[in-house]
Amino acid sequence: MSSSSSTLTATGAAPVFYDNGDHHPEGSTLLGFWMYLMSDCLIFAVLFATFAVLGRSYAAGPSGADLFDLPLVAVNTGLLLFSSITYGFAMIAMQHGKVKHLLAWLAVTGLFGLGFLSIELFEFSHLIHEGAGPQRSAFLSSFFTLVGTHGLHVTFGILWLVTLMFQVRKLGLTFENKRRLVCLSMFWHFLDVVWIGVFTFVYLMGVL
Amino acid sequence: MSAAHDHHDAHGDIGYHATLKGYATGFVLSVILTAIPFWLVMAKVLPPDATKFIILGFAAVQVVVHMIYFLHMNAKVEGGWSMLALVFTAIVVVVMLAGSIWVMYHMNANMMPVDPHAMRNMP
Repeated sequence: MSSSSSTLTATGAAPVFYDNGDHHPEGSTLLGFWMYLMSDCLIFAVLFATFAVLGRSYAAGPSGADLFDLPLVAVNTGLLLFSSITYGFAMIAMQHGKVKHLLAWLAVTGLFGLGFLSIELFEFSHLIHEGAGPQRSAFLSSFFTLVGTHGLHVTFGILWLVTLMFQVRKLGLTFENKRRLVCLSMFWHFLDVVWIGVFTFVYLMGVL
Repeated sequence: MSAAHDHHDAHGDIGYHATLKGYATGFVLSVILTAIPFWLVMAKVLPPDATKFIILGFAAVQVVVHMIYFLHMNAKVEGGWSMLALVFTAIVVVVMLAGSIWVMYHMNANMMPVDPHAMRNMP
């Protein structure tokens, strides 16, 4: 079949396609994923707003100044920032088609993510052990919900990252795998953007 | 700029171009923009109210830096639709945050004082 118009004139009964797919570029997955990130952004906005409203309702319990360990938060922020640039290195390796470099940088990124999660879980368990669990006050409920949701996102980001490492090892740098890696890069950097809000709004302003 | 920019793979263009220079710039900027607020708060350099506004300013700048250098956002991505979605989301977020804080602050301020003894006996 050479083209649709010649088939039409030849038989006269062939179906007419008004949509030949020209205006539907492959890149629409990335736009769709961006839309997902924007809706995720709204979830975080709601949690930030909740924290803004409830963040000073201590119910005679501990405040942020009593609880937060800023050096630990600084380390955590550093880990997430480092994981962002190592993911960037992974993407550059992907563009050059260097699978080994890509896998190595992805592994480093995952380790930074795991470090971040470990510190966050340590912080949470420490707080709960001190009696400052989510049930203690409205401040702590909103704190655990906001920071916990971010941590959950990081957890799923790491799962996704490990999945993609296996995919790339098994199938190589196919177009689909590259698209997935780009999506995960947006997800990962987006989580870093959310973390800027968390450390500024929750931790730094919480101890002021 | 670099080879990465001109490189097109055989499987087709995925519409994504990262450069080492872009990532390095973004990383250095965000380290600076993170370190200064932490230093301001931990060393108690300025009065709390001033610190609050300054660190919020730093956070806003850092979000823009991450958007440009890490998320590669500009007005041309996806023919402008990404930027449009971002602007729309930003407006909704600002309305939601500012509105919630404003409304709830006034509700707290205008609430009738409750007798602590009566509050203890509330359901």
